[in-house]
Amino acid sequence: MKPKVLLSDKKINIILNRLCYQLIERHGDFSNAVLVGLQPRGTLLLDRLVELLIKSGIDQPKIGKLDTTFFRDDFRRSERPLNANATVMNQSVEGKDVVLIDDVLFTGRSIRSALTAIDTYGRPKSIELLVLVDRRFSRHLPIQPDYLGAQIDALQGDKVKVVWSEKETENTVYLEKHLE
Amino acid sequence: MKALSVSHLLGIKYLQEEDLYLIFETAKHFKEVINRPIKKVPSLRDITIANLFFENSTRTKLSFELAEKRLSADVLNFSANQSSVKKGETLVDTVNNILAMKVDMVVIRHPHPGAAHFLSKRVDSCIINAGDGTHEHPSQALLDAFSLQEKFGDLSGKRIAIVGDILHSRVALSNIYTLKMLNAEVQVCAPKSLLPKHIESLGIKVSTDFSQTLKWCDAVNMLRVQNERMDLNYFPSTREYSQNFGLTSERIKPLRKEIVILHPGPINRGVEISSEVADSDHAIILDQVENGVAIRMAIIYLLASKLNIPIA
Repeated sequence: MKPKVLLSDKKINIILNRLCYQLIERHGDFSNAVLVGLQPRGTLLLDRLVELLIKSGIDQPKIGKLDTTFFRDDFRRSERPLNANATVMNQSVEGKDVVLIDDVLFTGRSIRSALTAIDTYGRPKSIELLVLVDRRFSRHLPIQPDYLGAQIDALQGDKVKVVWSEKETENTVYLEKHLE
Repeated sequence: MKALSVSHLLGIKYLQEEDLYLIFETAKHFKEVINRPIKKVPSLRDITIANLFFENSTRTKLSFELAEKRLSADVLNFSANQSSVKKGETLVDTVNNILAMKVDMVVIRHPHPGAAHFLSKRVDSCIINAGDGTHEHPSQALLDAFSLQEKFGDLSGKRIAIVGDILHSRVALSNIYTLKMLNAEVQVCAPKSLLPKHIESLGIKVSTDFSQTLKWCDAVNMLRVQNERMDLNYFPSTREYSQNFGLTSERIKPLRKEIVILHPGPINRGVEISSEVADSDHAIILDQVENGVAIRMAIIYLLASKLNIPIA
């Protein structure tokens, strides 16, 4: 079955621009902010947002790429082994305003592990969450985004996939239906 | 998603090439973890690991213990010289008694070759070999190869020499297996009396001329003379050994090339390696120690993910 398109490239670009302005509205010149993309797919969204922020005149915002594999709560509980990705955090987050960035918010468990993982780099002043897609009614934990691209409804077994194109255009969010 | 092909780490011989790359990849991430302000991850908080050391060890034991603690496992330490082994208890009984206390993994060092293998067949637990007599020392070989990879990148075609007491060394055998699997060229160099018979059947070069070996190699792993395992004299005197097989700056300078120097420790300064060389920039001995913790975290993490024990 062909996956259903939830967000077209045009829509995604409008959303990215809005998220970028929301970040600027809240964080001003970004002097105390650290944008942290969650590995593996949140870092792609981070890269897009950083590009837009720089275009809007923000001078090189501080960024990090965080892998939460070793902090996950499903070690030995998942059918598949958990393989890690690289973490690149070149600064302490002590006293900083951290924005965690991920593509899809589903159960909230990745964000919970990210909240623990980010602590190993210091005690941030605040932590916010930015997601492109929020899958409503599927949360296992009391976690909600502060900056939200779009909310969608999907069944438990369905997959919501964000595909970032190599080129700057043609980004898409798909819904893959789970077939019994 | 990848997993190890084995459920115990008994020796490099039982691993596949993909296992090595998975361990190195995972260790790279753990190396980043142990350089954070808070060096601990919660992955193994429901796992208990016993370190059974039937033979003396300082750095391997500390390294394993630290790796376990950095992964949040509970750790149980056991030394043979203060135990019922002295009262005549067998190895299997000792281990089964410890496992009855709900221990999930066992790290074992034993003076007898094959002890870890023997145990893995007889007890129901995950076994990690931390050195069995003169047989294998897999975690040491993995950290040596990992350190070399950090220095060289891909090891294929690189020339690695292992020099010293090959006959009594478990590090040598594990290193040979590992480096061959990574397609490096390996040469061992020692006095004839310290070379095992038929060592060339492992597909490596054998030399008794240290100067030639140094000319040939890109990196040299200097092994200690294991006096404690020697039941007779294998060479006339320490002084003579040191003159023929000791690594000194006088030997390296005329070569006009950089040689990476490894040593598994403990170092006998002035015997197999001079202080000047051991403390030089080309020696990566302390990198090896740092990488040892990361490699052991990777081994334990990857094996723990295969544990078949009920979850609370």
